[in-house]
Amino acid sequence: MKIIQKLGIIVFLIGLTIFTGSIFLGNFSLTEKELDTYITEKGYKNEVIKEELLKAIVAQEKINIFQFSDKARTAFKNANKHYDKLIAKYNAEKNWSKKGQQYQYKINGKPHTLSYQLAKKSGSGFIKENTGLMWFLTFGLGIIGALLFIIPNLVLLGKPGIKNDGIYLESSTNRGWMAWLVLVYLVTFYLVLYFMADYAVNWTFILDPISKALNGGEASQWFVYGFLYCTIMLTMGVRMFIKYRHNKYQIVRTISVLFFQIVFAFLIPEIMTSLNMPGYDFKNAFPLDYDFFFDWNIDNLRNSGGIGLFILVWGIVLTLIIVPVMVYFFGKRWYCSWVCGCGGLAETLGDPYRQHSNKSLNAWKLERWLIHSVLIFSLVMTIVTLYCYFSGTQSFLGIKSQWIKDTYSFLIGAWFAGVIGTGFYPIFGNRVWCRFGCPLAAYLGLVQRFKSRFRITTNGGQCISCGNCSTYCEQGIDVRSYAQKGENIVRSSCVGCGICSAVCPRGVLKLENGPEEGRINPKEILLGNDVDLMSFINNK
Amino acid sequence: MEHIVIIGNGIAGVSAARHIRKNSDKKITIVSAETKYFFSRTALMYVYMGHMKFEHTQPYENWFWKKNKIDLKEGFVSKVDVKNKTLLFADNSMLSYDKLILAVGSKPNKFGWPGQDLEGVMGMYHKQDLYNLEKYAPNNLVCKRAVIVGGGLIGIELAEMLRSRKIPVTFLVRETSFWNGVLPSQESELINKHIKEHHIDLRLSTNLKEIKADENGKVKSVIIQETGEEIFCDVVGLTAGVTPNIDFLKDSSIETGRGVKVNRFLETNISDIYAIGDCAEQHKAIGQRRNIEAVWYTGRMMGETLAQTICGNKTEYKPGHWFNSAKFLDIEYQTYGWVFSERNKQKNETYFQWKHPKENKCITISYDKNTNKFLGINTFGIRMRHEIFDKWLTENQNIEYVLEYLADANFDPEFYKLHEAEIVAKFNQENNTHIKVKKKSWKRIFSRAKIL
Repeated sequence: MKIIQKLGIIVFLIGLTIFTGSIFLGNFSLTEKELDTYITEKGYKNEVIKEELLKAIVAQEKINIFQFSDKARTAFKNANKHYDKLIAKYNAEKNWSKKGQQYQYKINGKPHTLSYQLAKKSGSGFIKENTGLMWFLTFGLGIIGALLFIIPNLVLLGKPGIKNDGIYLESSTNRGWMAWLVLVYLVTFYLVLYFMADYAVNWTFILDPISKALNGGEASQWFVYGFLYCTIMLTMGVRMFIKYRHNKYQIVRTISVLFFQIVFAFLIPEIMTSLNMPGYDFKNAFPLDYDFFFDWNIDNLRNSGGIGLFILVWGIVLTLIIVPVMVYFFGKRWYCSWVCGCGGLAETLGDPYRQHSNKSLNAWKLERWLIHSVLIFSLVMTIVTLYCYFSGTQSFLGIKSQWIKDTYSFLIGAWFAGVIGTGFYPIFGNRVWCRFGCPLAAYLGLVQRFKSRFRITTNGGQCISCGNCSTYCEQGIDVRSYAQKGENIVRSSCVGCGICSAVCPRGVLKLENGPEEGRINPKEILLGNDVDLMSFINNK
Repeated sequence: MEHIVIIGNGIAGVSAARHIRKNSDKKITIVSAETKYFFSRTALMYVYMGHMKFEHTQPYENWFWKKNKIDLKEGFVSKVDVKNKTLLFADNSMLSYDKLILAVGSKPNKFGWPGQDLEGVMGMYHKQDLYNLEKYAPNNLVCKRAVIVGGGLIGIELAEMLRSRKIPVTFLVRETSFWNGVLPSQESELINKHIKEHHIDLRLSTNLKEIKADENGKVKSVIIQETGEEIFCDVVGLTAGVTPNIDFLKDSSIETGRGVKVNRFLETNISDIYAIGDCAEQHKAIGQRRNIEAVWYTGRMMGETLAQTICGNKTEYKPGHWFNSAKFLDIEYQTYGWVFSERNKQKNETYFQWKHPKENKCITISYDKNTNKFLGINTFGIRMRHEIFDKWLTENQNIEYVLEYLADANFDPEFYKLHEAEIVAKFNQENNTHIKVKKKSWKRIFSRAKIL
């Protein structure tokens, strides 16, 4: 069994190495004709760009994506520089009309994105010609290797029960060098995905056939991300099923997050796209879905006929009615640990790191400041955007609509949710984004704290203060501090993952939905002590 | 300002300190030789097993004590000078008090076995024991086998700890079946089986004769009393119960028996000196409880109670209905009310028992065979609601009532398979009754016990 596991690691690492190494492969070169088509498609008025790109990336021999990206970006830069110079010149001459004319020639867009679009058209080589084989060598080996490592645990972990042996003795789960290595890999991955997508263009080639089968188009970097996301969640979901096989709550919950990720977040939007509808994730609620009210999305939905209108109404109803009503009945767990994609990744890929959340009082203070600031930020952004959309202006209350959207997308959407939120799993735990950043979680949390039937019940005086619950709380709640006082746990940040209840050796904690009365029950003396003393103190 | 000195920073001492602070601004000092900060002794096992780090066993952050003006003094008290109300420390420093609370806990029992103080022989009680275990049993190369002597709760926990690092364990238990002085045989046998499933070499009806040393004075083997068999090992765990840790009081005038003798107000024979927790021995047992109760929550309750007395609200220590819990490897155990083993059963006491055909789940309900009054319940592999059973015990319900409303008491996580129907069907069959299980009702669950 141990040998199978070791073999699994080797196979997985081979898959990972090929996957990572594949970005260095392939040739990137355009024909002049392809370039012409591209420029016409884009409708560039820039007169220099063709010449620049011709020089840089047409009929090149054997350049890889990094060289290609470099040349393409330089070409765009030079093409714009030409007009920048003219602008400076006319500016100096105070020739305002000529100066104004120049702006139409400038090419907008992020350099890496432009480079990605060209690279997607110009790639050739082994990967593009052998997508099936490459899929097997990357995704295939990764999945097989991971499963070879995970499945023997059915036997190796012994009888069903809590399996946390050695977590703080292993480098990978105790912030050792392995954890840091994983962090560096994940952070790099997210930086490439968000900011240097052209470098990952080879991965999109591998998935082109699957993408075409699903939505009729070629794979983008977001398709790669979505596919990878589902694959990782499924594989690590198998790990959850084995690790928590004695605990039905965990099993059902894991099936639920896998279902919503694969069907709602991945398959349905892809199929909608193939049917010429706007691809929409029906469970992704605003303000987590922060660009729902962005002008391009509203336009897109308004131009998509009945289904677009339905999505627009659904999105609003989801946030304003369904989300809070469900939180009232079941707590925010119905979303955060049963439905949400971010939560789904945290509960599968992130489970080995759940113990790293910071339990200190200071972390709790930081959490409350940060998460509510992001909520306000997202609301302000949306108000500005909507005001500008309907009034046709560029800014509201002195805030430029484009600027605030870009800032939010960059700081919150990319850095906080992605790079830090997931990249830092191995060191800060698996719910950094959900705890400190997610505006939807903040909104759900307010409902959960003040108007909900959900609580974690503490079982009388049975707590022995061992601290397993606090240690394994991914949201950094000091569960023990409530349990040892005999108080129920009612906290806005609790996502109801149920692990505190699972790891408790004395059966002290139970997640449940019940009457609101008595849900929050501060106590000084716990059940079991002299009843007179209890009532004397607790009623005083 | 009155100075309250508490010796011992376990759950009893710390509970007392917290509650004194809540109710007064007296000067409070907690003295401990073991660690500066309070930690949960029950969690030491998880540190060795790698579930937690030591810092996770500390329920309060380090700033807590200063913020609440509770002074912490590290030091070993060697003598209590009752006359001058002064503590003498091993390093010759002194500390005077106005009121003294002894919350000094226990130490592992040693029964005079030859070799009991050798290197590699240890209890599993103090933080120091954790270091010892890490030293002598870091893995199964250094420690090729460990022998555990004494079949109680700490013994089985130590076995679980060692097994988490794949160290072969031989477990010597004096009784004919694991913990059968406390557990009915159905449960005791379930645990026997479960111990063996975890590849622990369980030896029942087996006593230790002596522990043998190698040439360096380190443990080499143990000899079994009954058979004379020699078992080679690198570690011996002595887990045959605990005794109050009160040697340093021998020469004081504080009255002691096995523990520090206290009355129901937790007062010793010397005024202004109190004892709580594991080290306190009641002159007369309370109800069916033992005179000395080395249980986590009784330590806490004594601390809560004594704090009232110290703050001017003189309060008798009156523990409510007995309850307890433990975990035997993977099997959780809870008990509410009194269920005695066959060995210690009262005359009027009879059982109703149910056992799952496959899984490690079973219950024993103890009731009065004349009046059918419910006396207590043991559950294995099923969690129960403390509040519900506490209420039923207070209300003197009978067994039929308990079975009828058993669904209210279940505390298992959501989606777990429930067994009330099977349990009640078995009772009906055995007793020719027609009890129907009532559906769980939130209203009943959340209604407070009548007396509150």
